[in-house]
Amino acid sequence: MSLFSKKNKEIFLGPLSKNNPVIVQVLGICSALAVTAKLEPALVMSLSVTAVLAFANVIISLLRNTIPNRIRIIVQLVVVAALVIIVDQVLKAFAYDVSKQLSVFVGLIITNCILMGRLEAFALGNGPWESFLDGVGNGIGYSIILIIVAFFRELLGSGTLFGFQVVPQFLYDMGYQNNGLMILPPMALITVGCIIWFQRARNKDLQEK
Amino acid sequence: MNRQSNAYTVIYAAVMVVVVAAVLAFTALSLKPQQEKNVAIDKKVQILKSANIAATAADADELYAKYITESFVVNDKGEVLSGVDAFNVNVEAEFKQPDADRQMPVYVASIDGATKFILPVRGAGLWGPIWGYVSLDDDKNTVYGAFFGHKGETPGLGAEIEKDFFTSQFKGKHLFKNGEFKSVAVMKVGQTALNGEDQVDAISGGTITSQGVDAMLKHSLKPYSAFLTSKK
Repeated sequence: MSLFSKKNKEIFLGPLSKNNPVIVQVLGICSALAVTAKLEPALVMSLSVTAVLAFANVIISLLRNTIPNRIRIIVQLVVVAALVIIVDQVLKAFAYDVSKQLSVFVGLIITNCILMGRLEAFALGNGPWESFLDGVGNGIGYSIILIIVAFFRELLGSGTLFGFQVVPQFLYDMGYQNNGLMILPPMALITVGCIIWFQRARNKDLQEK
Repeated sequence: MNRQSNAYTVIYAAVMVVVVAAVLAFTALSLKPQQEKNVAIDKKVQILKSANIAATAADADELYAKYITESFVVNDKGEVLSGVDAFNVNVEAEFKQPDADRQMPVYVASIDGATKFILPVRGAGLWGPIWGYVSLDDDKNTVYGAFFGHKGETPGLGAEIEKDFFTSQFKGKHLFKNGEFKSVAVMKVGQTALNGEDQVDAISGGTITSQGVDAMLKHSLKPYSAFLTSKK
């Protein structure tokens, strides 16, 4: 079987749109709401989740024939928790400012439903390479949504992108105001809702009868 | 081999825990020096910012060495304690102690020939701890600048305490009125502070955090009164 067979492409590309973990499976919503007030933390969070998901998938996939069935959830949790702690430590050492902004949310990757969902549903039954693709694909699918949401929230809520002022001063002089509501979690949920609406309007087969 | 047996399960779990513990211990130990360096640099950036010096992680060490001439630890009687390194004092723990037992750091900066005193402050906001540094002119009364940080205040509301528009209000305010410690009050726009102290405007929508800053300044700076009124 080739590394990039049709099936593998489907594994990788599916989660980006038609099988997106956030907007189709509606997993990992809490972190999508919490870290998307600014683009920078959203981007770092995306990278962290993608890395943890890909490696956890590979490790569980390698171990899948040895894991005792009765403690498989615990084994998955331990692997995820260990990876998350490593990511947290690395961020503290090399991206201190961002790790301060993300604070507890890096630790909360452990509770992200996408991780357990993918490990349980995919990695336990597939080989390491497929699992890796699946992890990266789902990670990117999650990242896309986070970054879209963070883009709108930072632009409309703070008038900046990646911390740089993009809304020009003369607009403020004319009476434009940043929308404080965009910074609060409810608007993140509404933004995610809008993305889901847009996605389902374009893909009729995703609509429930 | 029976992978569903109790013995296999127990051994599997035990081995897994040992392996994971070893990996994590190794990671934590090998990254620790770098992390401690980051924390120290971050602290220097905060101290410098309170004295209106824009420092970044890259030039913090250099600027700190250039501007901060001296640091020492005082108690609530204004006496300088010897043998304690001010930079390594655990301010959070010290400020929970009764006034008489506190070891309170003071950083002395020399900026363009003028002496500034920088004092740490600690308190609680809405969601978690808030902290900061307040710099004073050499009369030990007039505020020269302030820096505030927070663990997790609401972005756009309480978190605004770290923004310039808020901290710059403190410049020129006085901690003492007629020789008595009053602190600087953080008040809702239009309200007047009760005890005649100087006041700055609180942040709309960040009421609890603003009140936290108000309380933090009062509680953290009051024990410094003896030091601040001494002639040294």
